[in-house]
Amino acid sequence: MRGLTGFVVRRLLLGLVTLLVASVVIFATTQALPGDAARSILGRSATPESLAELRRQLGLDKSVVAQYREWITGFVTGDLGMSLANRLPVTEVMGERLLYSVFLMLIAAVISIPFGIALGAVSARRRDGPFDQVTSILTLGFAALPEFVVGISLAVLFSTTVWNVLPSVIVTEPGVGPWHYPKELILPITTLVIAVVPYTARIMRASTVEILESDFVEMARLKGLSESRVLWRHAVPNALAPSFQVAAINLAYLAGGIVVVEAVFNYPGIGLLLVDSVRVRDMPVVQAVALLIAALYVGLNLLADVATILVSPRLRTSLE
Amino acid sequence: MSQAVVDTAEVGRGATRSRPWRILFAAAWGQHRTKVGVAITLALVLIALIGPFVTPYPPDQGVENQLPFAKPSADAWLGTDTIGRDVLSRFLAGGLSVLILAGLSTAIGVSLGVAVGLVAAYSRGKLDDLLMRGMDVILSFPQIVFALVLAATVGPALWLLVLAVALTTTPRAARVARGAAVEIVERDFVRAAEAIGLPRRRILFSEVLPNITSPLVVETTLRLTFNIAVVAGLSFLGFGLQPPAADWGLMINENKNGLTIQPWPVVMPIIAIGLLTIGTSLIGDGLNRAAIGIERGRRGSE
Repeated sequence: MRGLTGFVVRRLLLGLVTLLVASVVIFATTQALPGDAARSILGRSATPESLAELRRQLGLDKSVVAQYREWITGFVTGDLGMSLANRLPVTEVMGERLLYSVFLMLIAAVISIPFGIALGAVSARRRDGPFDQVTSILTLGFAALPEFVVGISLAVLFSTTVWNVLPSVIVTEPGVGPWHYPKELILPITTLVIAVVPYTARIMRASTVEILESDFVEMARLKGLSESRVLWRHAVPNALAPSFQVAAINLAYLAGGIVVVEAVFNYPGIGLLLVDSVRVRDMPVVQAVALLIAALYVGLNLLADVATILVSPRLRTSLE
Repeated sequence: MSQAVVDTAEVGRGATRSRPWRILFAAAWGQHRTKVGVAITLALVLIALIGPFVTPYPPDQGVENQLPFAKPSADAWLGTDTIGRDVLSRFLAGGLSVLILAGLSTAIGVSLGVAVGLVAAYSRGKLDDLLMRGMDVILSFPQIVFALVLAATVGPALWLLVLAVALTTTPRAARVARGAAVEIVERDFVRAAEAIGLPRRRILFSEVLPNITSPLVVETTLRLTFNIAVVAGLSFLGFGLQPPAADWGLMINENKNGLTIQPWPVVMPIIAIGLLTIGTSLIGDGLNRAAIGIERGRRGSE
């Protein structure tokens, strides 16, 4: 297959194969555990009969390959097994938390993507001027800071020592959506935005600078168009291809960023669930959350590649 | 900006015999941000190295007559932590582990990545595909998630933390090494080395590697910045050093709940880790700008 469809199909297949191998890696981590899940549930004092019974229930008496096949088909069909910590189905443990995480990610993305793009575009236009210099230093510094440093600094500033105006932990009730806690959401969202905007802005600036130096922008200038018209009508639409990519990479970054940020603010999403499950070594939950984040991550990166091809005519024609 | 480009180009021409990384460091040093970055990083490295020897109290024992979360006083300048230990002592003793763990995992990860990238670029074909797609598998997890999955398997252990962070560094370094080496392996001197029958290992490490040091130095600094964040983050989550060890990440974890009463045991490590990452990223940016300048100068003179 050639052309655009061929490219998309090839990328999709490659992403699926990568994910499949990643799932084997995740699954292999349980096999590396000393002892098995049945013993870790029932403890040392369990009788051989009850161990054998639970092993049969959990499917541990089958071969490793059969166990993997069951786990992965379960993942695709929405059956993720049982949590070892509280003996509930993993889907039930994850259910509401997934909603909380996705909500957090989306709000952070909706704020940070346009902000980052605007900041990058303006910096590129005032290249090497004071605005650009200050932005460059600020984005460099903030891009370097770990999320937990930003998060805890915000908590120190706004919810404890300096000004005690915002809550730094969220106490939720079951069955209540994350949108019922607008005040509690401010600090986690701000942390994620601060972590992500510098990255977006820097990539956007780089690609806009390249475009502002190109021939068609020179042509638009020579036609006598105003500088802002040149920027917004001619340069920015062409810089959108990389910023689509940035947006998707951004979301992928958020998929990892929520892990630490949720732990900082005790926000009940899948990131905090992952951390808590690693602590008690609840492997079915760890595996499910890790594979889910990996799938999200790979999917978003794939989207970035395809979006870049779709919106940039030069790349599109080179494939045909 | 244009001035810097001219300068680096002259350095490149005038000193063709000196090693490429020397030219790179000289050009990077010409920028303010590099100097500021080096100053910040050096200050924190000194605190981390000398700190453990100058603690006013033993960092893992309580201070006499001091309650937990005591405010700063003449006896304990920064107050005490969650179980009454001296905050200043724990801060001074707690930087070394972050530096060692981040440095070690970066060194191992980048070395592995360079080896993979060089072999991939040189062999091309199936082996190249296999190696780089294998790297993609590690890249399909965010760094911290990959490390957490490994931590879940074995439990918190330092060798595991280093291994996990090193493994997440490898594919990123491998991509850069491969990207830079792909052009070099086509050059005549590599063909000449092949013709006189040099073994493949010699060709890769004595002929190709010296020609890709600039992008590798830049990438290593970048990876170090990220790895400091990941290592300190894992400690903060409780998967790094275990109590009663003194460690900046662990200090934050232990004292987070007392933030309202006694902020210092959290604020000090936060400032230190933040400054350290800013310092290394300023150095990285200075090196990157210098590398771009040298590359432009070289293109211009050809």
